[in-house]
Amino acid sequence: MKRTLSYKLNIFLFLLPALILFVGILIAPIIMSAFYSFHEFNLVANTDMEYVGLENYKILFSSMLTNANTGKIYANSMYLGDALTHSLILAALSTFIQLPLALIIALKLSKGIWGERAYLSIYFMPVLISTVIIGRLWMNIYDPGPAGLLNAGLRALGIDKWLFPAISNAITSSKLPFTGQWTGFRETALIAAFIPILWQYVGYHMLLMYAGIKGVPADLLEAAQLDGCKEGQVNRYIIIPYIKPILKVCVIFAVTGSLKSFDLIYALMKDTSRAELPSTLMYKLLFLHNRYGLGSTVAVVLIVLCFLFAVLISFAFRDKGAKVA
Amino acid sequence: MIEARKFKLSNLVVHLLLIILVIINLFPLYWMITFSLKTNDEILGYSYKNEAGERILVPPNHVGLPNHWEWANYVEAMNTGNMGQYFINSLAVSASVIAITILASFMATYALTRLVWKGRKMMNKFFMLGLTIPIHAAIVPVFTILSKLKLLNTYAALIFPYAAFALSMGILISVGFMGDIPYDLDEAAFLDGCGVWRIFALIIAPLMMPAVATVGIYTFLQCWNELLFATIFVSSGRYRTLPVGVQQLFGQYTTRWGPIGAALTIATLPTIIVYIFLSKRIQDSFIAGAVKG
Repeated sequence: MKRTLSYKLNIFLFLLPALILFVGILIAPIIMSAFYSFHEFNLVANTDMEYVGLENYKILFSSMLTNANTGKIYANSMYLGDALTHSLILAALSTFIQLPLALIIALKLSKGIWGERAYLSIYFMPVLISTVIIGRLWMNIYDPGPAGLLNAGLRALGIDKWLFPAISNAITSSKLPFTGQWTGFRETALIAAFIPILWQYVGYHMLLMYAGIKGVPADLLEAAQLDGCKEGQVNRYIIIPYIKPILKVCVIFAVTGSLKSFDLIYALMKDTSRAELPSTLMYKLLFLHNRYGLGSTVAVVLIVLCFLFAVLISFAFRDKGAKVA
Repeated sequence: MIEARKFKLSNLVVHLLLIILVIINLFPLYWMITFSLKTNDEILGYSYKNEAGERILVPPNHVGLPNHWEWANYVEAMNTGNMGQYFINSLAVSASVIAITILASFMATYALTRLVWKGRKMMNKFFMLGLTIPIHAAIVPVFTILSKLKLLNTYAALIFPYAAFALSMGILISVGFMGDIPYDLDEAAFLDGCGVWRIFALIIAPLMMPAVATVGIYTFLQCWNELLFATIFVSSGRYRTLPVGVQQLFGQYTTRWGPIGAALTIATLPTIIVYIFLSKRIQDSFIAGAVKG
């Protein structure tokens, strides 16, 4: 039997469909993207590929550029720094607001509260809705016109009278007064983008954590209770260390998800520049400016960052052996 | 722990908070469905002159049920918005992707777990790279490849890239399931004269049905909701999928809320209805995808 099982042609044929898809559509394109990032070309005009060295990286990482003809210095609309800052802010908000919220609720639900599965199922539901739909729905909720739900609610409660002037004062990027254009200002657009993300994904993290907590052996919990541990102590010293692998997955998802995020911003805002993310910048470079080399460079930076953060987070969560508990 | 399941008064505050969260969760959907059934006048508010010639202002109806159920919004979203066609396109693409992903990942998993060869651990790790690679990474090269093969604006332009990006998760989940199938079965079949292909097709594949559901659900949601590839690789309405269709509709009807709400509802309800019946299964798919990762 051993011989049949290690017959080379069979092994190759079994792997073939997966290899063709995986190498053809994931691995080869990444290598091509890296190659493109050192070139500039225009697919629409079908120009030849021109080798530009590190020029694309320089353009993306400098906020000010000099016009080669006039010598004038101007603000670079292709600057990647802001987009990266925005996605890191989203990553931080997701990690430090969304995940603790999910953990608190998961801890409460998993202790056998009446109707826990029903609660969980409802909280998880938004995960299944397309992010485009959620973006569009929230665009309507934020609508500054008479139909917008959020502003109508704030007006009905009278909160707008002090909240809007306060936001107006806080806004430095524009002289326009704030009258409820949530996605119209740099200062509010990112928060406006985070709320739907929180709404959609808090249930996802909650589900994973809930499943993890349910997997904690019952005798471990009973022993702790017999030793007189209070609920908070059980959570802190037994459950949370036990579900560390799941917390790690949640943090990786939250951070890489924020880096990759595209659909929501693209659907939520007519003009994405107020909350520009690497992926929306890439989309603009590729399909509005036809700068295929520059767009590929953003893709390369994204791949590198996703891997880097995945490794860093795994490192931060590595087992410190006896130090735990 | 079991007796704690009973409804306790001390839990009242907790329940109250949980119910507030339920309302926050469901309200946007309720709002979407109600405005999909309202006229623009009702959504935005309007004014009219009464017999005495006074202007009467009618404020917008934000949260109430529609005064008049405007089903015409749905007719418009289906006809002018072409949502029916996009729905069928999304279904065709998703079904093909699921079939390809399941076949390719089961075959690869069989080679990775049941066949004996050097380097299979490395190969498994290689496939797992796909879990971290963002979909954006492939856009320009895949776009050039598709345009050279004249595959832009076809179902294939979406099916193969989606299947490639679903593959890593498919293999990850399948490895777990296939490991649970006893090896004795292979051996017995081998002694009966079966080769590896027949063992795979007649013994392993039928026992992988639970994995079909898990991989299928995960893959379905990925491609049903995908926007970036669908926007770039398909520009003709003939092959457009639902998320892009919804996005386009907003361009056409910037000020007409009713049909927009109807389109959003048409794109959302099917998944929600399936979820109501299969919630446990769907949740398990997500847990399997994350925990084993």
